[in-house]
Amino acid sequence: MQSVGVMLCVALLSFSLFNFVGDPINNMVGEETSTEERAELRETLGLNDPIHIQFGRFVVNAAQFNFGKSYQLRRPVSELIAERMPATLELVIASSILALGFGVFLGVYTGINRTGVLSNIILFVSLAGVSLPTFVIGILFIYIFAVILGVLPSFGRGEVVQIGFWSTGLLTASGLKALILPSLTLSLFQMTYIIRLVRAEIMEILQTDYIKFARARGISNRSIYFGHALRNSLIPVVTIAGINIGTLVAFSIITETVFQWPGMGFLFIQAVKFVDIPIMSAYLVFIALVFVAINFIVDILYFLIDPRLRTKSENRDG
Amino acid sequence: MADRSAGLIHRIRDSDIFHSFIHSPTALISSCLLVVILLTSFLCEFVAPHDPFTPASLSLMDAFTPPFWAEDGSMVFLFGTDGQGRDLLSAILYGTRISLIVGFSAILFSVIFGVSLGLTAGYFGGRYETVIMRLADVQLTIPSILMALLVDGVVRGIISRELHDEVAIYVLIFAIGISEWPQFARVARGATLVEKNKDYISAARIIGLPNRLIMFKHILPNILRPILVIGTIGLALAILAESTLSFLGVGVPPTTPSLGTLIRLGNDFLFSGEWWISFFPSFFLVILAFSINLLGDWMRDTLNPKIN
Repeated sequence: MQSVGVMLCVALLSFSLFNFVGDPINNMVGEETSTEERAELRETLGLNDPIHIQFGRFVVNAAQFNFGKSYQLRRPVSELIAERMPATLELVIASSILALGFGVFLGVYTGINRTGVLSNIILFVSLAGVSLPTFVIGILFIYIFAVILGVLPSFGRGEVVQIGFWSTGLLTASGLKALILPSLTLSLFQMTYIIRLVRAEIMEILQTDYIKFARARGISNRSIYFGHALRNSLIPVVTIAGINIGTLVAFSIITETVFQWPGMGFLFIQAVKFVDIPIMSAYLVFIALVFVAINFIVDILYFLIDPRLRTKSENRDG
Repeated sequence: MADRSAGLIHRIRDSDIFHSFIHSPTALISSCLLVVILLTSFLCEFVAPHDPFTPASLSLMDAFTPPFWAEDGSMVFLFGTDGQGRDLLSAILYGTRISLIVGFSAILFSVIFGVSLGLTAGYFGGRYETVIMRLADVQLTIPSILMALLVDGVVRGIISRELHDEVAIYVLIFAIGISEWPQFARVARGATLVEKNKDYISAARIIGLPNRLIMFKHILPNILRPILVIGTIGLALAILAESTLSFLGVGVPPTTPSLGTLIRLGNDFLFSGEWWISFFPSFFLVILAFSINLLGDWMRDTLNPKIN
């Protein structure tokens, strides 16, 4: 229910972007169009209708992913977004997997070996990772791996394979190679968060009675760490990771610019520079959709991870 | 008068904060770095070895000079020059000043905006509080860099292009400032809720002081500590946000480059081997952000162990 409210709010925002920022007619027609022609276009587009009818039409159109034509590129926005979306989603998903995988593993490691030299090195590097802005990390990676070593490509997606409307770079060697640097750059920030979070959680959980009890029963260390401790530390990790995927989508704007990655963020930056309102408002609606979807998935994951929540809600319902 | 100032010095010297400052190497090193950066960048007209923004003083013959230790480097241009023959060190000093001005103003804007909303929300409560805090919650879910980009895009749509270059810095300050306010509103509201039920506030109410006086004369000084702490960390964030936006090409115009703009310009030369053009501005930016962050960490530990 709340997500419907959020979506409506965002729709209202992007609708007002559409209508009140600049004159939509001016953006669509050339300079030589006469006043009568403008008025006619205004009438056919329904810009003279009352504002709530216009908003209703906007929501209906938005629900069908119809955001009109881009001012600058003269093509339907939905087409542009559909073309760019796979690139961004592949980048974001790849970097979330990297961040979660390495983050959880390194977090458990540093949580268990609290005083080890390697743990301290990992923690120090992760602190540096927070202080370095994303685009500086990207430039650094490009310089090391593309310019000096020359082993990885520094821009574009490599070869892509078209599967239906989805163009994927995951099936070719050059596509996978091109994905390494951008996804690593994008994941570093989130990885540091997850490392610190998992570490704190693990350290706290290892003090609890049930871990001592498990030790007393002679259960192997590996099973204690990954079966008992990790599982109980996952709830906050899932929450933070969920919130951060939204952040990743936003930060992909920067990564895509550094690596010339042909995704939506790149499209959006171009739109901001040229005040291409249809693209901006479509992007806004898309981001909101991603946030709502992630919230939904996180809620479901809670139930899968924590059996206590399941019994509680059954009791309440029954 | 002399007596009073001597007393003040004594008070400062005996305080816990001063003691912990003197005994914390991180605080000392980071604040020394900051003082050096602040002084050199704000006095850049006198400190900088060259004037990078007078076209007459530039010579294309000097373009792409590497830093002084390289083979073709010269001591005239310590960090080398960029594609137009501008001395990088001087450009960095001028750029740091712009980054600092934008960062400071943006964070000041969001502190004033956020704290007044949070303070009044916490003090008055009711529906007003609900609306404001809900707004803050919604905005917190939107990443601030996206928010700043949107604001920037909207402002570009409203004003004409020629005008935009002139006011670009103010737009940037507004865009970054407006994207950071919810944190300050939340902290201010939380602290106000605690303070408002204490005896001295009840006393102030009973003697009939107006709400405005109670809020800004009595509550505000008592909630400043946590705000100062998150303000410091926010300053680092604001400086990074400014450089990110400038790097993306929607920040300050290239005629008066900030650190982010310098990095963007240098990025084009990375592949032809002129690494120093983007390296030194990046290095300065990281040092700046890192030392502010360290100082913020120290302040968090000393001033207010409770907030996290």
